[in-house]
Amino acid sequence: MEYLGIEPKKARIGVFDFTCCEGCELQLANKEDSLVDFLALVEVVNFREVSSDRGQDYDIALIEGSISREDEVERLKQIREKAKILVTLGTCACFGGVNSIKNRFDIDDVVSEVYGKNKVETLPVRKVSDIVKVDLAIPGCPVSKSEVERIVVNLVTGAAVNLPKYPVCVECKQKGNTCVVDLGEICLGPVTRAGCDAACPTGKTGCLGCRGAAEDANFDSLREILREKGHSDEAIDERLRFYNAFSEELKNEG
Amino acid sequence: MKVNMNIDVHHLTRVEGHGNIHVVVKDGELIDAKWAVVETPRFFEAMLRGRPHELAPTLTSRICGICSIGHTLASLRAVERAMGVDIPDDAKMLRLLAKHGETLQSHLLHVFFLAAPDFLGVDSVIPLIESHPDVVGLAVRLKGLANDMCDIIAGRTTHPVSLVVGGVNKVPTKKELETLKQRIQDRLADVATTVEVFKTLSLPDFVRETEFVSLKGENSYPWIGGDLVSTDGVVKPEDDYRAMTNEYKVDWTTSKFAKLSRESFAAGALARFNNNYKFLCDAAKQTAEVLGLAPVNHNPYMNNVAQIIECQHVMIESIEMIDKLLANGFKDIRSDYTPKAGKGVGAVEVPRGILYHEYEIDDHGKIAKANCIIPTTQNNANIHYDLAELVKQQVKLGKSDKEVELLCEMLVRAYDPCISCSVH
Repeated sequence: MEYLGIEPKKARIGVFDFTCCEGCELQLANKEDSLVDFLALVEVVNFREVSSDRGQDYDIALIEGSISREDEVERLKQIREKAKILVTLGTCACFGGVNSIKNRFDIDDVVSEVYGKNKVETLPVRKVSDIVKVDLAIPGCPVSKSEVERIVVNLVTGAAVNLPKYPVCVECKQKGNTCVVDLGEICLGPVTRAGCDAACPTGKTGCLGCRGAAEDANFDSLREILREKGHSDEAIDERLRFYNAFSEELKNEG
Repeated sequence: MKVNMNIDVHHLTRVEGHGNIHVVVKDGELIDAKWAVVETPRFFEAMLRGRPHELAPTLTSRICGICSIGHTLASLRAVERAMGVDIPDDAKMLRLLAKHGETLQSHLLHVFFLAAPDFLGVDSVIPLIESHPDVVGLAVRLKGLANDMCDIIAGRTTHPVSLVVGGVNKVPTKKELETLKQRIQDRLADVATTVEVFKTLSLPDFVRETEFVSLKGENSYPWIGGDLVSTDGVVKPEDDYRAMTNEYKVDWTTSKFAKLSRESFAAGALARFNNNYKFLCDAAKQTAEVLGLAPVNHNPYMNNVAQIIECQHVMIESIEMIDKLLANGFKDIRSDYTPKAGKGVGAVEVPRGILYHEYEIDDHGKIAKANCIIPTTQNNANIHYDLAELVKQQVKLGKSDKEVELLCEMLVRAYDPCISCSVH
């Protein structure tokens, strides 16, 4: 690809996965209509899920998954040393994700529940920023494929990278959806950062907050509205804790 | 000349998740051949305890980024059978349509993006964009259709949002369905081209007799629920899935192994084909003949071919279902129910084989106990024993280390393992 007769230097990207379902990195391959153009702009040097090429020379490291074993801690630190920019991709990497539900139980009980008497190594689940410095976080379960492409293109071309500050409700209203809270669902859209195009409420299902808190989110007010609709605190908390994406905000909840 | 080999593939590429291949040959004798899953476990069964039943499908869809619709459907079926919830026929059809979209996108991802680079001698699909633009273009078009199909029906391809206990939450519009039908019809030509491309490729010739386990079709090629069957003649009801899987743990791998009548068995597209060939549509049967696949076939590399045949079958079946849905006009898509205590099993054929979820639900509608058995967990032992036999045969044929290593990698890839899924 040439621009004004010059061949620009392609950014080298590595994609790495830890404790996760690999659904986020799959979104990179799932954007069929622009996949070929996207690949013209970057050089994928390390992406185990789709390529046997295992280059160690990358500018941008995309990290998927949370950290739940000692070897993962070491591998993550090595990647941090090599990468110029480290980006967390998805809710597991950014917040711990659904894997964090494990931390509510005694870890020995968890192992024996699944593996019986067999010993299996595991640590309490941590997010990536608990271990290394993160330059940019892209939340979502899964990440929105168009958002990731837009962000990576902006990183590569030197344009500003911004996530929406407003809540999911803004996008939901723009789509003309009926509010699912009025349909009887618990929806965390009012407190959750937008950028997903309100995928869940558009599918008539309440938002579970995978993208973390919007700026100035009012948790008390959301709780009050949901209580008025007849939902129990237990049911509301179950959803607020689902992805561990509001752990900081809930500490300060009045 | 005596042959010595030491093959160590750490974190095999172009598969979902982390697995290692380890082979040692000394003086022409196989000393060791191992398939080791080293993925970090996530303990979903433990995390499910205490969760409200309506969040179980949402949580378990996160077991797998590729077959999240399959996990959602197995979870829904387990919850619904535990609480005795019947779902409306139109909702059943919409769910199956979403599943067909997933089967299509997953098989295409495997055949074109993960497996094809081996057949064409490159590291990944990326160099194929230059060398085989027609093939990549076709793959991208077909996969785009498959993902759109999931998005339209289930709200999202990865981690669906519209599939809920009692049925579905949302219906596609008439126009969306009509457009979808037209697009599927148009893309059948791409499947025909895929068949032409595969006719020119020669897949490795390797046979190790094994047992194949799948759902048992009654009137049609089976996808959701029903009896379980094996090519060794075992038939069991859905609820007896534990007697069909017999999981056990070996110490070198974090995923469990499984067995039935022999030391191992296989699940997946080839298993479904071997057990349910007669229910394939005529066009898919013709494709099988053209590509040289007939039941019961024991060459694991032919799983790639079985996947292409299933792609064609699900596309044709989807067109028929869309016609029915358009004629029915969505009278009813979701049943009301009152949560109650109970136990239920959900068996669903997902892209990589038969998937089981089993839940015990308490009086408060919460999950008290859960068990999930993943297709790749069932395939791990078969992969493991295939590797040993493959290496023995190739050493006798005088193949080099590099050739044997590539064949071993291709063997594991042929099963399309979903490793993080298997270590849920």
